[in-house]
Amino acid sequence: MEIGLSHYLSVAAVLFTIGVFGIFLNRKNVIVILMSVELILLAVNINFVAFSSFQGDLVGQIFALLVLTVAAAEAAIGLAILVVYYRNRGSIAVEDINLMKG
Amino acid sequence: MILQALFFYLFSAITVASALMVIGSRNPVHSVLFLILAFFNAAGLFLLLGAEFLAMLLVVVYVGAVAVLFLFVVMMLDVDFVELRQGFLQYLPVGGLVGLVFLVELLLAFSGWVFAPELVSQPVTPIPPLATMTNTAAIGQVLYTHYIFFFQIAGFVLLVAMIGAIVLTLRHKPNVKRQVIADQVHRSQIVEIHTVEPGKGI
Repeated sequence: MEIGLSHYLSVAAVLFTIGVFGIFLNRKNVIVILMSVELILLAVNINFVAFSSFQGDLVGQIFALLVLTVAAAEAAIGLAILVVYYRNRGSIAVEDINLMKG
Repeated sequence: MILQALFFYLFSAITVASALMVIGSRNPVHSVLFLILAFFNAAGLFLLLGAEFLAMLLVVVYVGAVAVLFLFVVMMLDVDFVELRQGFLQYLPVGGLVGLVFLVELLLAFSGWVFAPELVSQPVTPIPPLATMTNTAAIGQVLYTHYIFFFQIAGFVLLVAMIGAIVLTLRHKPNVKRQVIADQVHRSQIVEIHTVEPGKGI
């Protein structure tokens, strides 16, 4: 029953796969794609913290802090782009987004 | 020790189940709420790992800011989500296959992972024992001395994200009257001051 590093890594692997799977599954819905990206980053953070804790080294937690920052910024920018896109086109369908190329 | 294992399985099971509900639920509002549940339970996993500061940060940043932002956007945009779900079952076999292969690969690679003993005995910045220093204080001491530039760059990333989000979404409607303070101040040259006699008027 000893919970080791591999347990945490397995949970993170499952979460990461669910995130990738969500991108495949909801290919038309940008909001769920952004949420899947958040899940992937959460899995990365679990990996960082698990390695940090089991190695006894604090730096992994600092990296997890930086990943958290970038994830928050990415969500803010992504949702802002989404709002502008919806204002212009009246929908958020992903397959229309390539109309924005010049 | 048995209690720790029990809580590990509880937190990880709820995290994985709610992550599945995030990508599978019909209503995006439910997706966001399940995302919040997943983040709460991941914060529980962080607590089990001894990273209390990151656990609280996960709750504050993700549940308090990011998830509320998602909820705000989902509720503000009037989108026909039923139409967006078309093709859900069409992508299911391919996505399931890729996901399964990926999961098996990751589990084969990681499930037997252990650290070499000499690596654990010589960490670069060792975690101080909890009796002498809390996790938050330890992170602060390392972050503000050795990783101060990374910290400042993280601040810049947030600043750029804030400015970018404002620039993208701010718009001025043409026929909304606004107060222009400079114009009001400049009017003082064309305003005359009369001394009004009592009982006479101008």
